[in-house]
Amino acid sequence: MSKDRVRVVVTGLGATTPLGGDVASTWSALLDGRSGIRTLTGDWVDSVPVKFAGLAAVDPNEVLPKPEARRLDRAEQFALIAAREAWRDAGSPEVEPERLGVVVGSGIGGITTILNAYDTFKEKGWTRLSPFTVPMLMPNGAAGWISIELGARAGAHAVASACATGAEAVGYAIEMIRSGRADVVVAGGTEAAIHPLNIASFAASRAMSTRNDEPERASRPFDRGRDGFVLGEGSGVIVLESEEHARARGARIYAVAGGVGYSADAHHITLPEQSGAGVMAAMRDALEDASLTGDDIRHVNAHATSTPAGDVLETIAISKVIGSHPLVTATKSMTGHLLGGAGGVESVFTIKALAHRIIPPTINLDDLDDGIEVEIVRDSPRPLPEGQLAAVNNSFGFGGHNVAVAFTTV
Amino acid sequence: MALTEQEILAGLGKIINEITGIPAAEVSPEKSFVDDLDIDSLSMVEIAVAAQDEFGVEIPDDQLKHLKTVKDVINFIQA
Repeated sequence: MSKDRVRVVVTGLGATTPLGGDVASTWSALLDGRSGIRTLTGDWVDSVPVKFAGLAAVDPNEVLPKPEARRLDRAEQFALIAAREAWRDAGSPEVEPERLGVVVGSGIGGITTILNAYDTFKEKGWTRLSPFTVPMLMPNGAAGWISIELGARAGAHAVASACATGAEAVGYAIEMIRSGRADVVVAGGTEAAIHPLNIASFAASRAMSTRNDEPERASRPFDRGRDGFVLGEGSGVIVLESEEHARARGARIYAVAGGVGYSADAHHITLPEQSGAGVMAAMRDALEDASLTGDDIRHVNAHATSTPAGDVLETIAISKVIGSHPLVTATKSMTGHLLGGAGGVESVFTIKALAHRIIPPTINLDDLDDGIEVEIVRDSPRPLPEGQLAAVNNSFGFGGHNVAVAFTTV
Repeated sequence: MALTEQEILAGLGKIINEITGIPAAEVSPEKSFVDDLDIDSLSMVEIAVAAQDEFGVEIPDDQLKHLKTVKDVINFIQA
């Protein structure tokens, strides 16, 4: 901790996920080891090979007033709900608008809006399109809406790195505060992609589980029988703040956002690079950035999506960079994969694990795959010891993006 | 068969409520969209789009800008 620079802390958490409409209900379901994956019932289900997903536990249309909901893509709805919760949770900080920033991204953006608008255009013509079609489909829409809501004028950014998006947003926020551009930044990721075209497209890339007879058992990171990821939806958003600003206002501090590491595989557009060099570089840089050693890291919220290609590789990278001692979990076993939202909700989970000193389990892990030399938290939660300790959240994305964020206890 | 003023008013009240949150009961013929109901230009476009779905009458942009009150819209739809 010797680096002479601004320390960044986390003071607010917000989430809406397949397990719950807020952080408390989601966290409680995680500790109970519940699955948020359900059979889909849309009339289009027969046309796709995957018939289940992690739909949001609470429909945003039941939370938001109708006039507001109809101007927002579902991904923006999730982000706004999570951002409002995080902001309230942080105590609605008094901060100058010019010192308040937003970094909230999405992997895909408003794809449902695009597809529905194209149908309207073809069937009824351009005059029947909502004047909000563009702000609903643009991937920076959530960042823009949140900045309007909070009056955040230091900058509103939307990063896009597929399934690493939410973690990259948190990293960008850390750097925004360190560089002196802002005192407080609202950051995270969102996704609403449970649409037949997306399911068909991910199935076409042979990335999804087709365990249609057992949806709740389909997301099974590290298990020998895993056959692909399970699509989820929702958003996770956190409030980051300079420690000085947080202390001055007497804010509750959940954790220190110690550092971030990024890398690109520069290898294949969807497949992970087999040596794990990029994943290791991201974790190594996160540790270096946070002035931590592998020994300090006691917990890793793994990216582990339940695909045959990625899970074991990640554990090998963890053991090489950090060691075999951290307790590793894959919360996607319960939430499914929220794509651009994943790094946001999993940042929330990593921070909660440190703050409460308890790690949610990986469910559906019946038969540990070969080659995994780190300890996986399975079946039931595991406590973390007292004292100063640290955790890493990994997020990787199509395109070869690798992001690792290190958090420490206060 | 032409709709009555009351029928159009009821339909507009429902549309305006869904788009702006203003209670349908407050949508009366003499109300001005801008001055009384505080409805902005993009919301007016949304209302026009929804009105076309509801009443089957297209309101072109160059006409829409002249429709200042609820009564103006009712008259346009009836015409």
